[in-house]
Amino acid sequence: MKPNDVILHSVTKVAVFIILTFSIYLFFGGHHNPGGGFIGGLSVASGLVLLYLTFDIETVRRNIPVDFKKVAAFGVLIAIFTGASSLLFDKPFLNQAYGYFNLPIFGKTELATAVIFDVGVALAVIGTAVTIILSISEDG
Amino acid sequence: MSLLHLAIIAPFLLAIFIPILYKLFRKVHTGWFVLPLPILLFSYFLSFISITSTHKTITESVPWIPALGVDFIAKVDGLGLLFALLITGIGSLVVLYSIYYLAKDKEKLNTFYVYLLLFMGAMLGVVLSDNLIVLYTFWEFTSFSSFLLIGYWYDREKSRYGAQKSMLITVLGGLSMLGGIILLYIMTGTFNISEIIDQAAVISASPLFIPALICILLGAFTKSAQFPFHIWLPDAMEAPTPVSAYLHSATMVKAGIYLVARMTPVFASEGLWVWLIAGFGIVTLFWGSFNAVKQTDLKAILAFSTISQLGMIMSLLGLGAAALHFDDVKNSFYGAATAAAVFHLFNHATFKGSLFMVVGIVDHETGTRDIRKLGGLMNFMPITFTLAIIGTFSMAGLPPFNGFLSKEMFFTGMIRVLELNIFNFETWGMLFPVIAWVASVFTFIYSMLLVFKTFTGKYQPEKLEKKPHEAPMGMLISPIILASLVIIIGFFPNILSNSIISPALESILPNNTIDVHISFWHGFKPELFMTIGVIALGILLFLTLPKWRRVYDFFPKKLTFNRLYDSGLEMIQHASNKLTKTYMNGSIRSYLVYIFAFFIFILATTIAVKNAFTFDTSNISAIGFYEVLLALAVVIGSISILFVNSRMTAIILLGAVGYTVSLFYVLFRAPDLALTQLVIETISVALFLLCFYHLPKKRNEERNRFKLTNAIISIGVGTIVTVIALSAHSNKVFDSIAEYYVENTYTEAAGKNMVNVILVDFRGFDTLFEITVLTIAALGIFAMIKLRMGGKKKNENK
Repeated sequence: MKPNDVILHSVTKVAVFIILTFSIYLFFGGHHNPGGGFIGGLSVASGLVLLYLTFDIETVRRNIPVDFKKVAAFGVLIAIFTGASSLLFDKPFLNQAYGYFNLPIFGKTELATAVIFDVGVALAVIGTAVTIILSISEDG
Repeated sequence: MSLLHLAIIAPFLLAIFIPILYKLFRKVHTGWFVLPLPILLFSYFLSFISITSTHKTITESVPWIPALGVDFIAKVDGLGLLFALLITGIGSLVVLYSIYYLAKDKEKLNTFYVYLLLFMGAMLGVVLSDNLIVLYTFWEFTSFSSFLLIGYWYDREKSRYGAQKSMLITVLGGLSMLGGIILLYIMTGTFNISEIIDQAAVISASPLFIPALICILLGAFTKSAQFPFHIWLPDAMEAPTPVSAYLHSATMVKAGIYLVARMTPVFASEGLWVWLIAGFGIVTLFWGSFNAVKQTDLKAILAFSTISQLGMIMSLLGLGAAALHFDDVKNSFYGAATAAAVFHLFNHATFKGSLFMVVGIVDHETGTRDIRKLGGLMNFMPITFTLAIIGTFSMAGLPPFNGFLSKEMFFTGMIRVLELNIFNFETWGMLFPVIAWVASVFTFIYSMLLVFKTFTGKYQPEKLEKKPHEAPMGMLISPIILASLVIIIGFFPNILSNSIISPALESILPNNTIDVHISFWHGFKPELFMTIGVIALGILLFLTLPKWRRVYDFFPKKLTFNRLYDSGLEMIQHASNKLTKTYMNGSIRSYLVYIFAFFIFILATTIAVKNAFTFDTSNISAIGFYEVLLALAVVIGSISILFVNSRMTAIILLGAVGYTVSLFYVLFRAPDLALTQLVIETISVALFLLCFYHLPKKRNEERNRFKLTNAIISIGVGTIVTVIALSAHSNKVFDSIAEYYVENTYTEAAGKNMVNVILVDFRGFDTLFEITVLTIAALGIFAMIKLRMGGKKKNENK
């Protein structure tokens, strides 16, 4: 008999949303407050793991058709290319730059290449964590 | 690059083309392509006689490794030329002989002639190099090509055994010689022999003199098969007979003699040199001739005879070196001993080469070399018989052959030892002529044995594989030439004196002009009576050989040097195997014990030796209540892990320790670390649980067994690390660079979170590779789990 875990399902649907939002907050706050790519990525991964725990792996895979190995590889690539892009401006490898721009909605905003690097870090961490957990749990 | 250099490396160059010629011209015996080269070189080297006989030398230099003082310096002087002529002359004859000896369609001629040419070039390089490193290079080339030639019939067990034995022994000596060369370089600062000779006084004053002398001598003794390193030579007789004739009688085994002669001006100022060489030489002379008598194989007799004759030359060289010590006119006789050595060196090459070829013919035409099966071949092979008579009689030292002359000179040298009053020769010197005389008697016996057991006596056709008949003419040419040399030099001994022997002496004993005159008739002197005594006693003992043959049974078989070598080799293998098995036992625990024990040992000794332990409380901050509490939690958690029974408890305790650590981060104001530690700890505990869930169930989960070594080592590691941490903390040499980050985080990188700015901006390079590590770990886990072979397939592979 399949147990009826409707409460778990409902709570998860809400909780994952909150977790993901918090992760994004952690990620973007990283430059000025505690947080950043690593911890942001890990909490995204934990949200995903919660989904896998609540629903079965197949269901989640159908709804989020992402190969997390590629996510990890893509993260590393982004990090390398941000590093390499500074070479185009005759600067050393991984030289980060930043500037202040007036954007339509946000007003005066700081944009830094370090954030792109952090995106790479986050993607690599998400990809790694989910790949490990999926591989091991599918094996059992 | 001069013509001389080209002459030295010509054999190497030709060796490259031999396999091509072999493939292209299958119908022509490959030896014919080789033959012109040694003849050409021989005539080329002959042209140097006019130069060296006027006491001049030719030196040509080509830079090889100038930065290390290693240049390919080719130098032709009397000694080098004598050897070069022997190498190319006998080389030509051996190649000619081998053309008839080795069958075109049965043997792998391409490899044979490549090896032979390699050897010839290497040998020329050894004797014509003035740079010791170049000499060493060629020296090892001779060892190595000799190894290849001995193992030519590699499908035979004995060939492989002999090749390995000769390789091990000669390379042992070669490496020791390299050590000696390096010592000489340390003393003099040059590798050039002529410059080293100029600094002989510096060398003899140096404390490294004795080690260098012994190292060099070890090289010379192993190569020249001196006692007790002679054991490889009899086993090297598994090589094809042309090889034995060339390498193991005429040329390679004389490389050691060449080295001793070459180094005499450097080392002879010490009595040790004279003693060692003369002593080992005379022992080798006796031991070789004594053992030759009991052999039944023709080539074995010749091998031991070679050993013995090499010992004779060596002892003469040793005594001759005394000339450098006493160079007054009255004692010029020591120079005469050296002259005898050089003369016999030449004579030995002629008669031993021809004898090997004769034995090869007998082997070739009858199918056996065992003297117990042979007999009465005189009527079938008259020419071979004649050649054998000439060779053996010369070897035994009978007139009118050249062996007689050199043996007389040898006796002269040995008798005159008594007149030496240096190096304690007056007390022990008496042994030299006695041993020399006894050894000569044995030499006489085996020489007679060799010729009469083979060619006279009863013909035993039923024991022979083939019906014997005279060898083809081509096979006979080479021994005939050598035998005629034996006779010509026997009758006209002085044709070589001024052209070859005297210049060679000049190189061995510089600054001593020695007038070489070899006379056939001395008058009634002790030497003559010694020779008569040798012949008389020799004939007597030869005729009564069956009666006293049992003498050899007195020597226990277990005490031979071969047995020593074999069991030594086996013991080394056994011991190293055992040693490896004791510490490489395959258990990871043992390896960890070694690693940690070494870790403790090395750090503890460093701390003790440097007196490095310090403890300074001046820059310690105050300890708060929460810190004590958390520390207690960590300690209790860690210690409990050691004593709990179930794995599950251990994992949970580990998690508790991890969370406490993240609380420490909170306490020490590291929010990023605290967050990360929290999440990572959770994930790793989850993974641990996952893994342990799948572990096979043991019947009962045992407690960790207590092991004293483990306890001692872990306590040791903990103590050491603590001690180092305390000492390091007490000795802060520099201020932290953190100030820079504090000041510049916002202004330079536009961030307020300093940790994150360091991670992505100041030191983003580390982060880049950390995420790479993570990705690799993920892919690794994926690959291990998804891509592993099924259990079934694994078994099939096994």
